[in-house]
Amino acid sequence: MDYFIELFFSGLSRGAIYALIALGYTMVYGIIGLINFAHGEIYMIGAFTSFTVATILTILGLPLLAIIVLTGIAAVVWSASYGYTIEKIAYKPLRHAPRLSALISAIGMSMFLQNYVLLAQTSDFLPFPTLIPDFAFMEPIAHIVGSTDLVILITTTVSMIFLMVLIKYTRIGKAMRATAQDRTMAMLVGINVNRVISATFVIGSSMAAIGGLLIASHIGQINFYIGFLAGIKAFTAAVLGGIGSIPGAVLGSVVLGLTESFATGYVSSDYEDVFAFSLLVLILIFKPSGLLGKADTQKV
Amino acid sequence: MFTLQELKRSALISLWFVFLTFPIMVVKVNSIEKTVQWRWMNVVYVLVGSFVLSLLFRYFLYRKEQQSGEDEQQGDNTGRSLIHRLLIVPKYRNMIYGVLLGTAVVFPFLTSSYQVNIMTTALMYVVLGLGLNIVVGLAGLLDLGYVAFYAVGAYSYALLNYHFGLGFWAVLPIGGLLAAMFGILLGFPVLRLRGDYLAIVTLGFGEIIRLVLENWGGFSQGPSGISNISRPGFFGIELSLEMAIVYIYYLMVLFVIVTIFLVNRLQDSRLGRAWIALREDEIACQAMGIDKIKTKLAAFSLGALWAGIIGVVFAAKTTFINPASFTFLESAIILSIVVLGGMGSIIGVIIGALVLILLPEYLRALSEFRMLAFGAILVCMMVFRPQGIIASIRRTYTYKPRNRDEA
Amino acid sequence: MSVKLNKKIAAVAAGFLMTVALPGAGLTADTIKIGVAGPHSGDLASYGLPTVNAAKIIADKINASGGINGKMVELLIEDTVCKPEIATNTATKLVSDGAQMILGGICSGATKAALPIYLDAGLLVISPSATNPPLTQSGDYPNFFRTIAPDDAQAQLDVDFAIETMGYTKIAVIHDKGDYGKGFAEFAKQFIEASGKAEVVLFEGVTPGQVDYSAVVQKVKQSGAETVIFGGYHPEASKIITMMKKKRLDATFISDDGVKDQTFVKVAQENAEGAYASGPKDTSNNPLAQQAVQEHKDMFGTDPGAFFENAYSAMLAMTSAAANADSTDLAALKKALQTVPVETPLGSITFDEKGDAIGVGFSVYQVQNGEWVELK
Repeated sequence: MDYFIELFFSGLSRGAIYALIALGYTMVYGIIGLINFAHGEIYMIGAFTSFTVATILTILGLPLLAIIVLTGIAAVVWSASYGYTIEKIAYKPLRHAPRLSALISAIGMSMFLQNYVLLAQTSDFLPFPTLIPDFAFMEPIAHIVGSTDLVILITTTVSMIFLMVLIKYTRIGKAMRATAQDRTMAMLVGINVNRVISATFVIGSSMAAIGGLLIASHIGQINFYIGFLAGIKAFTAAVLGGIGSIPGAVLGSVVLGLTESFATGYVSSDYEDVFAFSLLVLILIFKPSGLLGKADTQKV
Repeated sequence: MFTLQELKRSALISLWFVFLTFPIMVVKVNSIEKTVQWRWMNVVYVLVGSFVLSLLFRYFLYRKEQQSGEDEQQGDNTGRSLIHRLLIVPKYRNMIYGVLLGTAVVFPFLTSSYQVNIMTTALMYVVLGLGLNIVVGLAGLLDLGYVAFYAVGAYSYALLNYHFGLGFWAVLPIGGLLAAMFGILLGFPVLRLRGDYLAIVTLGFGEIIRLVLENWGGFSQGPSGISNISRPGFFGIELSLEMAIVYIYYLMVLFVIVTIFLVNRLQDSRLGRAWIALREDEIACQAMGIDKIKTKLAAFSLGALWAGIIGVVFAAKTTFINPASFTFLESAIILSIVVLGGMGSIIGVIIGALVLILLPEYLRALSEFRMLAFGAILVCMMVFRPQGIIASIRRTYTYKPRNRDEA
Repeated sequence: MSVKLNKKIAAVAAGFLMTVALPGAGLTADTIKIGVAGPHSGDLASYGLPTVNAAKIIADKINASGGINGKMVELLIEDTVCKPEIATNTATKLVSDGAQMILGGICSGATKAALPIYLDAGLLVISPSATNPPLTQSGDYPNFFRTIAPDDAQAQLDVDFAIETMGYTKIAVIHDKGDYGKGFAEFAKQFIEASGKAEVVLFEGVTPGQVDYSAVVQKVKQSGAETVIFGGYHPEASKIITMMKKKRLDATFISDDGVKDQTFVKVAQENAEGAYASGPKDTSNNPLAQQAVQEHKDMFGTDPGAFFENAYSAMLAMTSAAANADSTDLAALKKALQTVPVETPLGSITFDEKGDAIGVGFSVYQVQNGEWVELK
């Protein structure tokens, strides 16, 4: 039973990690229907910005709390700026183009950003400073849930609720939903669609930045390639949960994390990804629009 | 164009880029030794570079908009690219084909074996692109795991050759058929899925195949791969390496010609039209009495067939395979070929394959910048020509009102 | 006709202007062209680029002191991305461009794919890092040499250390599913089983680049293993060992040469303390090794990366063989490599019949106070 609980929490925290990235994926997809392949790279850039800023602040000798806050702000600011700029360069001119063209543009952007960081920084793995200390009160259960796991779990939950509230009740959230439903109609009722889409990218990228900061400090190392696999897994999780749905992204991530964890624990980690993808295929066969996705009725 | 206002805008954009690239381009920290390196020169590069590029970017965007406006005004025929207009006239068409074939035949005698080798790779991707074009371009099913079928073909040759000593020609049809079977296997569960859900399932399928090859060591020899695969036989004569490269090149030229011929015929066949109808509107298509299941499965299996055959050629060409060659990135590149070339357009896919495969090779002159440039080119191509290099043209019938006098 | 190539290519890409100056190539008749093949982009770039740096350092040094018997060294640096099919293209390109010797093949798989092409062209290949045993032991590639010991030798050493020295009876074997890591792990498993003194309680692969390894660590804990033998590279190793400490698992950690890297200690920090790994015999007292590291710092401003010393040694062995043989003919080079010892950061080395370096022995190291310390 202990073993089960250990595996359960391993899966849960891995799921929470996926969720931090998947939230941004699902938001962008929900609004403009684009698989933003460069999202994983935004997460990577968030991690690199955090790394740079945190190191400088450590050298300056600031207290830990100040470092965490300032690093978080810097990561969010820069990642959001990247998200905003990428949208303007690579996706906006393609609004009226075939959807696949935007996908290829996203793949190209992802390659570009990877190699940009590789060239401007380094190909080596860099040690990421430990920003989240081990909490004393966590010690009795540290072998099951670590302090960073706890912080990630809480952040994920808070982010999810924040985004749900944002989309449901705020002005910008309503504008987002309107844009998602019918872009032309939204324009007709006076919504500045360009601004809404930019805002979506900014929010999604900020989520990725927070993810970059927390996950990098959980794993303890970064390099230019970390965004790729994380991005693919997060995308899988978002689809599993029903892409476009905020709670769906979190649920999908947790299901994916748990599947991988139990597959590792009771079968073999050789096949953890095989299990993850098989589960995805199975769920989509029986529920073609994901766990919480709206069944999309086809207009004739 | 270059008004003061535009220049001012570019200046602002370049300042924005300086800010944007600051933590990555300018600062470089060493968290162990606690040192910070400030590379201020990069600010100047970014400033100048992004100023010039933003002007160019907006200039081309402006021109693109102008052009599309003109096209709408002038009707469809002039919107067609030069190549299409040339190919309509049989005289020019035969001439172009003749020149291309001639170039292909004499190519190995004019260039080094390196050139022949990469050209062979490019031709392989032409066929892969044409195969995927059936699935994505014609039938409109977004497949992100196409590389799985390629892997099936490659491994079937490698394993049959390794265990039973079967030759290239014997395995060629087997590899193709096995891949086609896998295509049907994948096709069945995903019949109900559409759009991006289909995309992620195919991606997952591709990953599953690769992971099984990687982990099931007893079957596939795992990550260390299979080496010493025999090259294609040439009537029992042992060929030197150089000869073998040229031989495979000619084989590929032949394959490409056959594939173009078959795909072209297929496109105009009943099945091909059913695919296009399916792509345009599934429900209307069913209402017209097209068997959706059969049509979709045919698309998957025929697309897979080509991937399987090229997989066999791939294994024979490199003589060594391991799962590292069949990653998601490979699928993405093949998909890029189809989209970049122009979905559904055969000439487009051919040009797309040549560009995308030869470009990184010729970009080697840029050494470490080559993948950066590759990504940037992909983005720019899509931004400035989203319909692909050669857009596919729909069959159109123009109604010409007859002159009253004749009637 | 001699071609003087010295052009600046402005590599301009979406907002970033960077200028790269291609190294001016000299007169073809007076140069020895050395191909450097390895992954210089993509996820494995960090294993390939240090070799390029080593080659550049030595080429610069040789050229500054008048070249090899008066011939300048020219490097042809080509990317293989560690993919077999690209590696064959790279190989044909290097052959077409007139490379006379090859430094590289970083990954065993890509090296295996490219070797027949080099063999056909009669080129010497020295790899700093391709450890797959059949590369030398099969005898298929008489042109292949390496400055790193094959996987089986290391696995034997690590297993002996775990069983004989430490007396462990329950061992978990973990690998990164890669060519190198899994090969090493399979040898380790085989040797443990053959010894009859210990059992393999777990044999698992982890996915490189995965965000978190806690599930597999829990599984190790559940298996009751006293030690983990890990086959793979340092990024995964540091993630696993960090996770082991976080999950309060006190099994020891034994690994291979891919882990015995200062980066491992830097990244895993205090968690790395006490970890064991096999690696080439201690060279830190070797003045050449210190000098090599210093040269890297002077030229690139950073500490060298993975396989740097192996690459440095391979390049030294190659160039001095060319100097001794006064030719780049394969037979002459082989003879020089097999008979004339070369002083390198790895010690004084020659090569055996099959192509493995003699004198590149292994010993077991432990992380003590943030440094790898050789256990005597």
